[in-house]
Amino acid sequence: MGLETLTALELAEKIRQGQVSVLDGVKAVFEQIERKEGTIHAYLDLYKEEAFERAAQVEKGMAEGKYSGPLCGVPIAVKDNICIQGKRTTCGSKILENFVPWYQAEVIERLEKAGMVIIGKTNMDEFAMGSTTETSAFGVTRNPRNTDHVPGGSSGGSCAAVAASEAYLALGSDTGGSIRQPSAFCGVTGIKPTYGTVSRYGLVAYASSLDQIGPVGKDTADCAALLEVISGYDPKDSTSLQREDLCFSQALGGGIEGMRFAVPKEYLTEGLSPEVRSAFMVVLEELVQMGAIVEFISLKTTEFMIPAYYVIASAEASSNLERFDGVKYGFRAREYDGLHDMYKKTRTEGFGEEVKRRIMLGSFVLSSGYYDAYYLKALKARAVMKQEFDRAFEKYDVILAPAAPYTAPRLGESLKDPLAMYLGDIYTVAVNLLGLPAVCLPCGKDKAGLPIGLQMIGDCFMEKKILRAAHAYEKRREAFIRFGSEKKQVVFPEIAKGDAKV
Amino acid sequence: MKQYEMVIGLEVHVELATKTKIFCGCSTEFGKEPNTHTCPVCTGMPGSLPVLNKKVVEFALRAGLASNCRINQTCKFDRKNYFYPDNPQNYQISQLYIPICQDGWVEIKTDTGKKKVRIHEMHMEEDAGKLIHDEWADCSLVDYNRSGVPLIEIVSEPDMRNSQEVIAYLEKLRCIMQYAGVSDCKLQEGSMRVDVNLSVREAGSESLGIRTEMKNLNSFKAIARAIEGESERQIELLEEGKAVIQETRRWDDNKEASFAMRSKEDARDYRYFPDPDLPPVQISDEWLETIRKSLPEFREEKMKRYQEEFKLPAYDAEILTESRSLASLFEETAVSFGNAKKTSNWFMVEVLRLMKERGMEPEEISFTPKHLADLLSMLERKEINSQNAKKVFERIFDQDIDPVIYIEEKGLKIVEDLGRLNEVIQKVLDENPGPLKELLDGKEKVMGFFVGKVMKEMQGKANPESVRKSLAAGIEKVGIEKAGIEKRKAKE
Repeated sequence: MGLETLTALELAEKIRQGQVSVLDGVKAVFEQIERKEGTIHAYLDLYKEEAFERAAQVEKGMAEGKYSGPLCGVPIAVKDNICIQGKRTTCGSKILENFVPWYQAEVIERLEKAGMVIIGKTNMDEFAMGSTTETSAFGVTRNPRNTDHVPGGSSGGSCAAVAASEAYLALGSDTGGSIRQPSAFCGVTGIKPTYGTVSRYGLVAYASSLDQIGPVGKDTADCAALLEVISGYDPKDSTSLQREDLCFSQALGGGIEGMRFAVPKEYLTEGLSPEVRSAFMVVLEELVQMGAIVEFISLKTTEFMIPAYYVIASAEASSNLERFDGVKYGFRAREYDGLHDMYKKTRTEGFGEEVKRRIMLGSFVLSSGYYDAYYLKALKARAVMKQEFDRAFEKYDVILAPAAPYTAPRLGESLKDPLAMYLGDIYTVAVNLLGLPAVCLPCGKDKAGLPIGLQMIGDCFMEKKILRAAHAYEKRREAFIRFGSEKKQVVFPEIAKGDAKV
Repeated sequence: MKQYEMVIGLEVHVELATKTKIFCGCSTEFGKEPNTHTCPVCTGMPGSLPVLNKKVVEFALRAGLASNCRINQTCKFDRKNYFYPDNPQNYQISQLYIPICQDGWVEIKTDTGKKKVRIHEMHMEEDAGKLIHDEWADCSLVDYNRSGVPLIEIVSEPDMRNSQEVIAYLEKLRCIMQYAGVSDCKLQEGSMRVDVNLSVREAGSESLGIRTEMKNLNSFKAIARAIEGESERQIELLEEGKAVIQETRRWDDNKEASFAMRSKEDARDYRYFPDPDLPPVQISDEWLETIRKSLPEFREEKMKRYQEEFKLPAYDAEILTESRSLASLFEETAVSFGNAKKTSNWFMVEVLRLMKERGMEPEEISFTPKHLADLLSMLERKEINSQNAKKVFERIFDQDIDPVIYIEEKGLKIVEDLGRLNEVIQKVLDENPGPLKELLDGKEKVMGFFVGKVMKEMQGKANPESVRKSLAAGIEKVGIEKAGIEKRKAKE
């Protein structure tokens, strides 16, 4: 068994104990990359030489006491919509194919202070718009669990890298499920933090009121440790929050006896694949056996979630992406006739289909005469949803949901029907619209061996609750898997019975 | 021809005099090398985020309170989306839905009397960069130094009826902004920019005509000319039975004519929506109160006080308060010297004369008030004559020299050396027997001749009063002597 099978915290512990060097960890990762990257294509850029140099620097820094955190010396991958000074940052788009920022994202500063080693930039759906990483202008990424399938998206590269042991940890970004859904598809763990917990400075915006950077890792403890590293108030981001409860790792280890879980019954209706449904139901039973209280609730606003999300996200995106115009940086059309034509050709040639679709949609919902009917209405729906979730959180600690209605689709299947693809975001978008924290972790596999993800959603600032629950479930699941009873069939109460206790 | 009247409303952009930009820490300094005062935020780089400069809110509040506005203690920023290279993000951060100040007014005074002009709103926004066309290379270049410089846009109600009122309103706004310390409001440098919305209607009509918006107005004179020109153009159209088209027009002051830029049909859809990067601005009661208390005495109150407290004529009070900096120079000098009326006289004559000669604005005058006060004290004590005092003041005005040291060094101080004075008088009388005879014969006018001669001999360092006295005494003495001689002669 090589070093690559360790979790990030295990590796860091070995480094601290002097059993392995920082360089050993970096080398282990690059060995995996050399073996698998030809097939997986999780990365857009790799910084092998710099990573080796950095490893030596961190080693020295640790000896001098400069670096001391729990993730010191751990190699990490970064989604390509996060700016690293002096490194190409493409957002998976042709329009930024040669863009090199001269400034640093706040999260990168924090990774460096924590003594972590950045090994490369990961592939993603263009400007984080997509659910499969297939809208990237630089080729698809394959799911390491089954390379005929997509890794999910938009943080598909980050999740695939962790799943393939091509990185111990990765940063993703989540605007409508972009960390959680690919985490589910790749069988890794990811966290979408409470809005404002992680600075967005240096994250190329898709939808500013929804975007959050978050960790992707092999398990809950790794993710909690990375979240601790990257979170914290940043005066450069006006939406950044001053929180004091950022010691997420401390929340791990407690049981969930008496904890209250809610399951929205609207989440279990049509569209949910039978295999995902049954895996989800097993989880409910497990939680009950662990002493938790699991109850069905009704979220009547469920039907508004997808439309409200796509209106708000597209509206903000249409404005955020206006700066990509060929004037200052990035791609510019080769031939054009005057300024207007330059704009038109640059954006026509520089953006992909999905991005253009959302820019069109967003521009439409903001235009005069339609603003009230679409954008304003979506904001109102968001406010009503907030009330409904607030009520739920008065009574429950965690809302449970599948991460996606199905497991990872085959490559090339999804983009034909964008609307169907949008509907796949049903379980993830409310979290972003309401700024809630959520963790996604593996809870089973389908017949084809593709992972199934479980989502635990908390009220704002309640990361510790969901992490405690996720960690407890994870421990239980490990024992469960070890005893080989993973395929156990269970019978569920009819959800039509309403709020009956499971 | 029918009688027409104009209906005019203004949109005035005022650049706020904060040291740094509205959403980043870059300097707002004017006239620096292109793109040297820039950062990822004010050049719209991907991943950069705006952070509101609190000073901008403070300045906007000062401006709003000074013009009687209602303050929205929770206000928001919105994005105004349009593509243009001077606008690095291709959206401008402005305020549409909830501006910081609303429903204010200012009072203007014209030949026809006093009038209130209502202010619809005042909102904060960021300035754009500057496009420079390089004729030589046939390309356009962008300078983002100005990108992100804070502005307030002041939108008036259509309450003005002629160019005189418009100019009075603008002068009033400028005076308020300068007094409130929020902007220097220089049209030429672009720190105050004016768009004129104008329509005409038959006199006495209540309904509004179709308006045009005029841009590119770079001086008060150009504004007055543009208003006359545009109203004539609109009246002509109406007289010919044609319709005025709602459009934006560009004034060309050289040609004294305006040209259509874009019509209402081409009007841009700015797709305004709340900026998700900036949370709503919360203005606490305490903060608002602190700002309200920190506002200075404005011109009207100052004028009134000058007349009551200093007993200045209304005219003097008006001139002295035209600019806050001139008024404070005056006040500090007056306090230091102790005689406001005499200080005012000096300002009204000497200060204004030099300002005019030097082609300066009142804001540009800067000297230490104590220097002038010292000079005025010396003049009062007759330690310097007024001729020399004027010369010394020029040095104060230009170089802010200390008059006490200067007068000492140059030996301009009047010394009451009566012995020396009498010697000089004797000498002058002796040297000019002819005029002396005329004087003794009763030709009083010749006295001036002798005063001049003595002053010249004394190199100005004599108190004219003393010269007169001593001279009179000297002459009397000569007269008595002369009379004595004649008596003796008669006796003999």
